[in-house]
Amino acid sequence: MPKLLHKEKLADNITLIKVAAPRIAKNAQPGQFVVLRVSDKGERVPLTIAETDPAKGEVTIIFQKVGATTKVLDTMKVGDELVNLLGPLGAPAHIKKLGTVVVIGGGVGIAEILPAIKAYRAVGNKVITIIGARCTDLLILKDKIEKESDELHIITDDGSCGRKGFVSDILKEMIEGNVKMDLVFAVGPVPMMEVISNITKPLNLKTIVSLNPIMLDATGMCGVCRVIVGGHTKFGCVDGPEFDGHLVDFVDLKNRLSTYKTEEKQAEEHVCKILGVKI
Amino acid sequence: MTDDINKRIMPEREADNRIKDFEEVALGISTEQAVAEAKRCIQCKKPFCVKGCPVEIDIPAFILEIAKGNFDAAAKKLKEKNALPAICGRVCPQEDQCEKVCILGKKGTPIRIGYLERFAADWERTQKTGDQRPETRDRPPDAPKMAVVGSGPAGLTCASELARKGYAVSLFESLHLPGGVLSYGIPEFRLPKEIVRLEVEYIQSLGVDLQLDVLVGKTITIQQLFDEGYKSVFLGAGAGLPRFMRVPGENLKGVYSANEFLVRVNLMKGYKFPEYMTPVKIGKKVAVIGAGNVAMDAARCSLRLGADEVTIVYRRTEKEMPARIEEIERAKEEGIKFVLLNAPTEVFGDENGWVKEMECLKMELGEPDSSGRRRPVPIEGSEYKIQVDTIIVAIGQTPNPLIPHADPRIKTEKWGGVIVDDKGMSSIPGVFSGGDLVRGAATVISAMGDGKQAAIAMDAWVNSPK
Ligand code: FES
Repeated sequence: MPKLLHKEKLADNITLIKVAAPRIAKNAQPGQFVVLRVSDKGERVPLTIAETDPAKGEVTIIFQKVGATTKVLDTMKVGDELVNLLGPLGAPAHIKKLGTVVVIGGGVGIAEILPAIKAYRAVGNKVITIIGARCTDLLILKDKIEKESDELHIITDDGSCGRKGFVSDILKEMIEGNVKMDLVFAVGPVPMMEVISNITKPLNLKTIVSLNPIMLDATGMCGVCRVIVGGHTKFGCVDGPEFDGHLVDFVDLKNRLSTYKTEEKQAEEHVCKILGVKI
Repeated sequence: MTDDINKRIMPEREADNRIKDFEEVALGISTEQAVAEAKRCIQCKKPFCVKGCPVEIDIPAFILEIAKGNFDAAAKKLKEKNALPAICGRVCPQEDQCEKVCILGKKGTPIRIGYLERFAADWERTQKTGDQRPETRDRPPDAPKMAVVGSGPAGLTCASELARKGYAVSLFESLHLPGGVLSYGIPEFRLPKEIVRLEVEYIQSLGVDLQLDVLVGKTITIQQLFDEGYKSVFLGAGAGLPRFMRVPGENLKGVYSANEFLVRVNLMKGYKFPEYMTPVKIGKKVAVIGAGNVAMDAARCSLRLGADEVTIVYRRTEKEMPARIEEIERAKEEGIKFVLLNAPTEVFGDENGWVKEMECLKMELGEPDSSGRRRPVPIEGSEYKIQVDTIIVAIGQTPNPLIPHADPRIKTEKWGGVIVDDKGMSSIPGVFSGGDLVRGAATVISAMGDGKQAAIAMDAWVNSPK
């Protein structure tokens, strides 16, 4: 079973782990994810692959504590083993040299933008990063993101880290300021991705969103991850997770994501009780 | 008296009682029943039943052992040809295979071969003491490596056959448990997972190296398998792609594919939420669309999860239903309603996005279609609405497209089936396939037959000059 090789706290709620998974490390490409379980009775949870080291056979995952499984994962120590780890899953991202790429991460998305920033930059793009987060969400992660980006804007909804507002405010200002942009990549809460896509659509500014529909097997077998893209049903786990933001039916996605709201809370309370951690 | 074949003599739990839990429904025949049934077999010199069995079990021979009271020897005989007898004894449609051609069936009741198979396998599992795993064998350290992809019925059979031929077999499974459809699809009350676990364990005892969490095509490519020294590959990834109805409203909350529903229930044990962390939600009024075994399973699981009313909605008549007759009977006994000659046309939701109503169109039977069954024709203007809060779509699955997508050298039919030659070899030399990945959704036993044939062909292929 895949062993935890390294663990590092990046922010209050965000943790980086390295796991031994030689085959995944060898074949993973940017944009892909893994599914893992933390106990025999656990759920299958998808998490973005942040980085891989094929030579060492290591896979890096950065996750935010947002549900039952990630809460348990955060209690694991170096040397502990995951019950399952499957990957790499999903379609690889189409990373091309386009010029200037604006990478936007908000909320749960900030744990996931680092690999995108690196990948777009690696092929020669200028990367402008916009993150929406509270100060406590950033800590070390901020330095890492800053190091990889050509330009970084931080905005918080409570004003705890300088400016108060939404990531979309910065994007709008950039548009008004005629900043040259060739692609927008957004990951985070669905309403945020929706707002961003609505801003860029009239401008015909290509926008990629990384979606997080509910998943189960994550191998294309159950269809729970179905999303409507351009009027067609797509499976988030095999056709995604990245889609053209201008074509995604966000209303449908939001509705489907709310299916297990009550149960998600219940599961979290259940594991927290077992682990003796507070929610 | 041809329909005698469907009369169930096996003791089973009362419907009122069994719908309260997920424990097994059919209890197995007693020793006395088994011996008496076995003694009815006239031991044909040229037995038709063996020809009716895709894995060619020596049926008269194992029945003779039961008749003599040598249950252990009977189980051994079964396992010579079938590594999964306790599973087959439960889920094979014997009425369409061996029992259908039993000579006794011509004038009366055929031998209940399936019951006897289950009896012998169960006896071995529960009664036998001492060495349970006599088959473990030593293999030369340089035994050639073979890769089997998918641990469902086809893959398990192929892997066990190859191991018996002396190969070093790796069996790759993408999910976190082995068994494929036996684990995620067929419910506990029809096939206890403990039995699947033990039969898989038996196959491992033959020397098969089971590797979970490996999605071939993603975790490792077919080419990489060859690069790692595997001499031949069997693809048995099954028919995992759920078909949807393509009607408006199908994405509303409360609409499941049968696969999703059954995976939540069987594989993830959603009925034990939150102890098991994956939830499954069931409404008061459930409509299951389709009438195959999967539909019956979904309907009966719904009842057990606490639905008040479960209805099978099917666009043809009872005669055309693809499910096994005994499963349809059991569903009826448990109180499942059947609305026949009806097809859903639209799903409507409430203000929170949950399913509330389904519109159906009435049908009548017209001319036979390509399947030979009379085609359902819509009756114009017959639309009406029914109240439902859960819909489970069980109108079939198609072959899993993931592997052919990952390696476009694999040629497929338009509907997704992997194209193979008469030896089961795909368009990549040395890569074989079988089971539902080739046939589309079929039966456990036909998949096992394919796995077995493929093992023979792979053995021949590896040893042929190239
Ligand atoms: S998660 Fe099951 S098909 Fe995508």
